[in-house]
Amino acid sequence: MSGAGNVVAWIVWFVAAFACIGSAIAVISFSNPFYSALALIGNLGSLAVLYLLLSAEFVAAAQVLVYAGAVMVMFLFVIAYLGGRADAPWAGGPGWQALGAIGAAAAILVEVIVVIGLKAGGRLSHEADITGAFGSPGDVGRLFLTDHLLAFEITSIVLLVAAVGGVILGTHSSRLGESASAEAPTP
Amino acid sequence: MPGPDVPWYLAISAFLFSTGALGVLLRRSPLIILLSLEIMLNGANLALIGFSREHGRGDGQIFALAVMAVAASEVVVGLGLIVAMARRRLDLDVDKLETLRG
Repeated sequence: MSGAGNVVAWIVWFVAAFACIGSAIAVISFSNPFYSALALIGNLGSLAVLYLLLSAEFVAAAQVLVYAGAVMVMFLFVIAYLGGRADAPWAGGPGWQALGAIGAAAAILVEVIVVIGLKAGGRLSHEADITGAFGSPGDVGRLFLTDHLLAFEITSIVLLVAAVGGVILGTHSSRLGESASAEAPTP
Repeated sequence: MPGPDVPWYLAISAFLFSTGALGVLLRRSPLIILLSLEIMLNGANLALIGFSREHGRGDGQIFALAVMAVAASEVVVGLGLIVAMARRRLDLDVDKLETLRG
């Protein structure tokens, strides 16, 4: 790869990485969940760019379609349905809880980086040579239907069960909502 | 490979995972907790795809797609629960849901 291509890839990586980190911090710090969900869409988009840099083209496309498209639309619909009730102000819990949470998250970060550095640090700078077909829809489809057929079938069952569960939760909660509004009408 | 090596991507993945864990631990709203869970799953996905590139095999990408399907299912059930809570006029606060506390 030429030197100019390398520099462009580094620049794209920096922009995507900082967008990714910044939007992740934004997601957990907004008190309005609508803004959090919008920040998560930015996070997923910049992750798709990182996937493209790792030559995982099909996963990047699926990320944008499935996550940034379908899943986030569902989130935004529910947040809009809940309206003002969805607001999540920062609770004034005990300070030791926040300190413990920050300590635990920092411990996870340090652990992961130390383990990767110890176990694989020296070996990770030699990527395998890949062909142009790596990560293409054809390649992913061939793997899904040959080596990983069981994972493919299990995924379909998981999605079916989730769909049935969603319908059951919806019908149950609509009945609960009717009885709750009959018992305790809103003032 | 043009651009940064795989360890740089793994560092971002670790940071995303711990940011998501921080959100799950700090926030009280189930909606924000679900969004933070998505960040954690995506951090794991980035590590899977990074290692898939490192070894030149597509298996990591297959697993990342399976994780995506599981995340979509989790969102369906989680949002269904949140809507059910809202319809029962419960507070959307995980600290106040203590009916099952032993």
